[in-house]
Amino acid sequence: MTLPADLETRIRHLVAHEGGPRAAMLETLRSVQAAEGWVSDERLAQVAAVLGVTPAELDGVASFYSLIFRRPVGRTVILLCDGASCGLNGADAIRDAIRDRLGIGYGQTTPDGRFTLINSACVGGCDRAPAAVVGPDRTLVGPLTPALLEELIGGAP
Amino acid sequence: MTTDLPLTGRARPDRVPHSLPEWRALGGYQAVERALALTPLQVLDTVDAAALNGRGGAGFPAARKWRFMPAAADAVSPGPNYLIVNGDEMEPGAFKDRFLLEALPHQLIEGTIIAGFATHATEAIVLIRDDYRAAIAGLTRAIAEAEAAGLLGDNILNTGYSLHIRVHPSAGRYIVGEETALIAALEGGRAMPRKRPPFPAQSGLWGRPTTVNNVETISHVPHILAHGAQWFRALSRTEEGGTKLYGLSGRVNRPGLIEAPMGTTARELIDRAGGVSGNGRLLCFQPGGGATGFLGPEALDVPMDFGHVAKAGSMLGTGTLIVLDETACPVEVTARHMAYYARESCGWCVPCREGLPWAARILHALEEGTARREDLQALHDIAREASPRGRSFCDLMGGAMGPLASLLSRFGDLVDDHLHGGCPRRRAP
Repeated sequence: MTLPADLETRIRHLVAHEGGPRAAMLETLRSVQAAEGWVSDERLAQVAAVLGVTPAELDGVASFYSLIFRRPVGRTVILLCDGASCGLNGADAIRDAIRDRLGIGYGQTTPDGRFTLINSACVGGCDRAPAAVVGPDRTLVGPLTPALLEELIGGAP
Repeated sequence: MTTDLPLTGRARPDRVPHSLPEWRALGGYQAVERALALTPLQVLDTVDAAALNGRGGAGFPAARKWRFMPAAADAVSPGPNYLIVNGDEMEPGAFKDRFLLEALPHQLIEGTIIAGFATHATEAIVLIRDDYRAAIAGLTRAIAEAEAAGLLGDNILNTGYSLHIRVHPSAGRYIVGEETALIAALEGGRAMPRKRPPFPAQSGLWGRPTTVNNVETISHVPHILAHGAQWFRALSRTEEGGTKLYGLSGRVNRPGLIEAPMGTTARELIDRAGGVSGNGRLLCFQPGGGATGFLGPEALDVPMDFGHVAKAGSMLGTGTLIVLDETACPVEVTARHMAYYARESCGWCVPCREGLPWAARILHALEEGTARREDLQALHDIAREASPRGRSFCDLMGGAMGPLASLLSRFGDLVDDHLHGGCPRRRAP
């Protein structure tokens, strides 16, 4: 698939405004992901060419950041906190409930492409432990209970 | 306005940020007017006299950091000074900057203008972790409002001082919160910490003089200018000025944030959070997030400021306490921290890249009951070798050793118990 024209325009804008091609690398990756949900090998090579950097250099940036996805993810990404405060308040039980309900563990996506589960400490919601940030708007949810989880799963696209 | 809660007194309980007219009706931007009528040096001296210590974790005096910034006229080559506001809050247990960013964006803008003025900055960047979407949206909106009203941008309030603020979302990595790594992230690449010296004040973003301050630090600044240094110092119970936005999580009945005088004790904070949950008896607590060593009940009456907590053998860090009751397992908590820090190491320095995953594996094995006695020796070796500062470019590894070293010294018997079939707290009926 060729690079959509609007994405290319966006990248050229970023190069002009972020202080050059290298400075624009991270925002470029974010723009690709905002449009397509993740960054494929093909896109990575295409946008590297637009920036004038090597794919390896761009992938070095992409692979450094946890929230740049280099594999396809589900429509709803659940970043479940596995940190200390959430762990002290039952985060593992929520992880197990997700496994039982959706059949996925950390790093996995449901076969229907609805959900991806990722462990992420800390989500800055320690006062709402066990907490997660969910979906494209990264909504903070918590304290998570099996009932709240069910509601979340039912309401997701 | 509630002057004993300067930082959070004006926030709405639902965290919806104020519009600019609402903020101005509450006295907003008066501190900016007052500051810009002074010289940058007078502003700096005022903040110095207020004894404002950086709230990001290290507690370095804010004004001393600012003083390293050259005036634009002294600069050898032309270009801006930068002020960076660090909102990449990713320390396990910390959730205070999220609140200040979400609920009080105009307070942050005021502080940024004043700090920018004192450091001769003309460009400011607020880096916010990508998960804080409401904060990113709210601050972006508030910046536009302030610019439209002439409170921000070119020639602020016709004083001749210009400052532009932009918001930069991070793409998720704990190390981005380290100031030199943060600068690398803003330059668009991998966020690898850089060796110091040169310090950012000499050579920071794009090689320009740069100051990096935490969100809470900056949010305190307008109040110092509005009410004076003596007032700010009088808010505190100790030599370190101001209030502190503490947080409590883990095993407490009402987790949340508490703004209280700097130097408030853990006993008072835990009481105000409804007391210890679980079995109701305190085992230990981490005073300021994942990278701070455990303290026991004997430290409940230590004034929680940077100096006193350090003297008690830990660190104030972010001031967000993680509380463990007697049924919680500090080995498990440390294992979670270590897994996190191992995952988040940038991989540059060998002791960090290799040592943290090793420690994490052993702690996990202890929990699962598969660890052997020689693993314990390795754990002690790692803590001993990796704890001193200066063995890696940044403090990620040293910070990660905080909980590990204190676990080994404080809970040696409990760690030993884990050799016989895993976590005794999990085995318990």
